[in-house]
Amino acid sequence: MNSVNSTLGTGVHHAEWAPLLETAVREVFELMLGSQLTVPTSAEEGDLDTTAMVGLAGQLCGVLSVRCTGKAANLMTSKMLGIELDKVGPEMSDALGEICNMVAGNFKNKVTGLAEGCMLSPPTVVSGTDYVLHCMADSPSLRVSLLFENMPITVSLEIHE
Amino acid sequence: MDGITALIVDDSSVMRKIVERSLRQAGITLTKVFEAGNGAEGLTVLAENKVDLILCDINMPVMDGLEFVKTLSTVPNAKDVPVVMITTEGSEAHVVQALSSGARGYIRKPFTPEQVKEQVLPVLAGKS
Repeated sequence: MNSVNSTLGTGVHHAEWAPLLETAVREVFELMLGSQLTVPTSAEEGDLDTTAMVGLAGQLCGVLSVRCTGKAANLMTSKMLGIELDKVGPEMSDALGEICNMVAGNFKNKVTGLAEGCMLSPPTVVSGTDYVLHCMADSPSLRVSLLFENMPITVSLEIHE
Repeated sequence: MDGITALIVDDSSVMRKIVERSLRQAGITLTKVFEAGNGAEGLTVLAENKVDLILCDINMPVMDGLEFVKTLSTVPNAKDVPVVMITTEGSEAHVVQALSSGARGYIRKPFTPEQVKEQVLPVLAGKS
């Protein structure tokens, strides 16, 4: 079995993780929200003004983020908790953070050797679009864009080497 | 099965509600549900209340789930109460560590009510 360290040094292996990341995202939405994600037909995303982030440390270091609109985040919360959409309040941040946390955990459990050697930070949620996420120079990244109830979501994994 | 009293320990209030909902969807009747945001808060709850089942996350501030489970053996109200871990930590090492610490079941997030049922019912029946 290849160690995770031996696979981290090349971009080729990171690209191979993209299907695993997409599967991890789809599983979280299917199991926890009962939602089937679909593939967007255009690259247009609009303003994704709600972002949840989880840090990864250990054999793989980086940041996994889930970005969507506030409207999508509220609908995710409604589906997760089984409550009416108009009853969703401040728990939206907690819900989106948990989705991000589960995607990160589910992803690392799918990469051989990573489940034990990589720790997750508590999630952070940012509202608004007036910010720039600065990552380490030359960091490779994986990106998955899907539709949740016809609303765009983007999941990115920025890897620090 | 008669109704049970449960303690759900997770630092996410949303996840605590989801776990409670999953227990009900699994057909488990809950007469009372206590919530705690970490292991230390869980111990405070158990100092004054008796429960039939504990569901517990691993990664939490103040006192994590593994330390909480180990500490339960010293709590008169709780030393025989079955614990099922519910966590994103899915490695075999984590499962072994949790079970050797005293947990009776292990559920990986994300999960379905069916998976909750498969883990919790045998534990409540004393078969695990």
